[in-house]
Amino acid sequence: MAEVRLHDISKSFGAQTALRDVSMTVPDGAFVVLLGPTGAGKTTMLRLVSGLDRASAGEVFIGGQSMAGLTPAQRNVAMVFQQYSLYPHLTVRENMEFPLKSPLLKTPRAEITRKVAEVAEILQISHKLDNKATALSGGEMQRVSIGRALVRDPAVYLMDEPLSSLDAKLRADLRVELKSIQANLGATFLYVTHDQIEAMTMATHVGVLDQGRLVQFGPPREIYERPVSIYAAGRLGQPHINILPAGLFGAAPHGAAHIGLRPEQIEQGAGQDSLVKRVEHLGDQTRLHLSFKNHDLTTVTDAHTSLKSGDIVKIQPLRPFYFDAAGIRIV
Amino acid sequence: MAQIVIKNVRKEFGAFTAVQSSSFTIEDGEFFMLLGPSGCGKTTTLRMIAGLELPTSGEIYINGEEVSQKPASKRDIAFVFQMFALYPHMNVRKNISYPLVSQGMPRDQVRAKVDEVAGILGITRLLDKPVGGLSGGDRQRVALGRAIVRDPACFLMDEPLGALDAEFRERMALELRALHDRIGATTVYVTHDQLEAMQMGDKIVVMNHGVVEQFGKPQQIYDWPATTFVARFIGSPAMNLLDFDGMVGNGTDHVWLADTRVQVPRMISGASGTLTFGVRPEHVRLDDAAGFRGRITATEYLGTTQIVTLDTPLGPVKARCGSQIAVRIGDTTGLGFDPRSITLFADNGHALLSVANQKVLQHG
Repeated sequence: MAEVRLHDISKSFGAQTALRDVSMTVPDGAFVVLLGPTGAGKTTMLRLVSGLDRASAGEVFIGGQSMAGLTPAQRNVAMVFQQYSLYPHLTVRENMEFPLKSPLLKTPRAEITRKVAEVAEILQISHKLDNKATALSGGEMQRVSIGRALVRDPAVYLMDEPLSSLDAKLRADLRVELKSIQANLGATFLYVTHDQIEAMTMATHVGVLDQGRLVQFGPPREIYERPVSIYAAGRLGQPHINILPAGLFGAAPHGAAHIGLRPEQIEQGAGQDSLVKRVEHLGDQTRLHLSFKNHDLTTVTDAHTSLKSGDIVKIQPLRPFYFDAAGIRIV
Repeated sequence: MAQIVIKNVRKEFGAFTAVQSSSFTIEDGEFFMLLGPSGCGKTTTLRMIAGLELPTSGEIYINGEEVSQKPASKRDIAFVFQMFALYPHMNVRKNISYPLVSQGMPRDQVRAKVDEVAGILGITRLLDKPVGGLSGGDRQRVALGRAIVRDPACFLMDEPLGALDAEFRERMALELRALHDRIGATTVYVTHDQLEAMQMGDKIVVMNHGVVEQFGKPQQIYDWPATTFVARFIGSPAMNLLDFDGMVGNGTDHVWLADTRVQVPRMISGASGTLTFGVRPEHVRLDDAAGFRGRITATEYLGTTQIVTLDTPLGPVKARCGSQIAVRIGDTTGLGFDPRSITLFADNGHALLSVANQKVLQHG
């Protein structure tokens, strides 16, 4: 396993700039998740590290070595894509053996067998090894394509939304599984997603991308509790953070244009009146949609609240965030 | 406005039974969810309400009138599909006008009506645009406009948000619900997404393999599942279900889990053999003094809360607790359960009645 370092990377496709001056270090053994909406540059970053694309400027280092001019095969990276592209005419075993049979690697037969059995065990697909790849369910096929990456011992695993085509339950299971595989192997993962739950639950570090710029990089808890901007704050947290005019609840710090309130930063039962517009019982919690001085906000309350639409509830900010006019956090 | 009554409705396709004798009532003005995994019969049920499929047996009443064998055109309903089928060669106004024009409504009336609906949906500025260049959300709004413009007694929606990405789906869900609250028309909505169902629905029917598993208000179904299927399907993470050997009867107020006495709501039914102990993750607390023990195998940070997975003698258990609590993978700790929230299930998967769940399960 190895550290991956991006140094002042930019990438343009014609007139369109996909990445601007991105510098980032993925520490050896880290699980780094790149988070951002469609078009933020996540996949481009992954492709530059893999060598599928070439940067317009800047350099990629893997294990301290410059990757300039090296092909994907020479970089020793393993990729998993959203769309599992398995060889349909091969069995699960043959699919998983395939990367080890590469003439570049010259892996001994016994070693191939041992490695495939070991990975199949981890992914709980041992009993499917002799099935045709096409005879599997979607979740199983994705496990095989993850397995095909894991049989190798690459410098870094690159994964592009590997779970997004799976159903919710399987996604939740595989999240935990992938995280424990990564931790047990001590592997370096660079993982792309637009799913904030995946980012929060799996990452050791999250890189928040906004239109080709890396705007914040740190542990999920740091990004949740100390976001650098409105944009970064909005990437994590369900329901979404409320952004309101700074002075809405009273005096605001100098220079503040917006106040940011996550649900737990809204204290209920004290402060000023707000109107309950809608109550959503989600089971483990209840969401309140409130109207406060003609602004909408959303917060969370006890699952069995007796509040209903039309009720008045007092609210006040509790250790809120403040942002300046450009959206940068100042408090 | 419409009340819809489904009575013993059954649908067979050859040897395959898609829906087995379903009965439930959708009250006038309700936002009603048909929820279940793919193949559970929810879409078939919706299509029978619409008149796109005819039931093999049973009755469907819309406002007291039996319509089960009537064609779709004779029922006062509007259908919104997952794939918004707009006419690509027409602009937004023509797309929304289409149902009214084909009914023969005078042009000035059509114009006024379309303007009103576009105002409700916030798409007035798009009326003269071709539908080709619209975003996914705007296309869905146009499709909704075409349904609303007819003032139908009832809207039927088949996963209308299924094709949208997560962030946008959230916003459209709120918008749809707000729209419903303004118009007040009965809405029947099919989804496989339990969160969407909980969030938007006044009532939910949970289906599996063509069978209605449970019918009721979202919070009641979440708190007091009628079957282990519902317990697993609703909630994320799902309810913890721990199999154990035991016996309960009238008046029982505790069970033994791996030699630990655990309090449960007072039972008013009995069973013995393999039983299942059901507890929601937020009702499990890490309590070192508790006798039932587990080893922490994973933690998932979620902002305000975290999910902690533990290996116990009865299998894995997930606990939802505050993210300020420090937990270390590999540590062993005790698990306490909120005694008021426990459901026990018999080995056929059905919940056993207790003083806690009887009100919900006997009236659902």
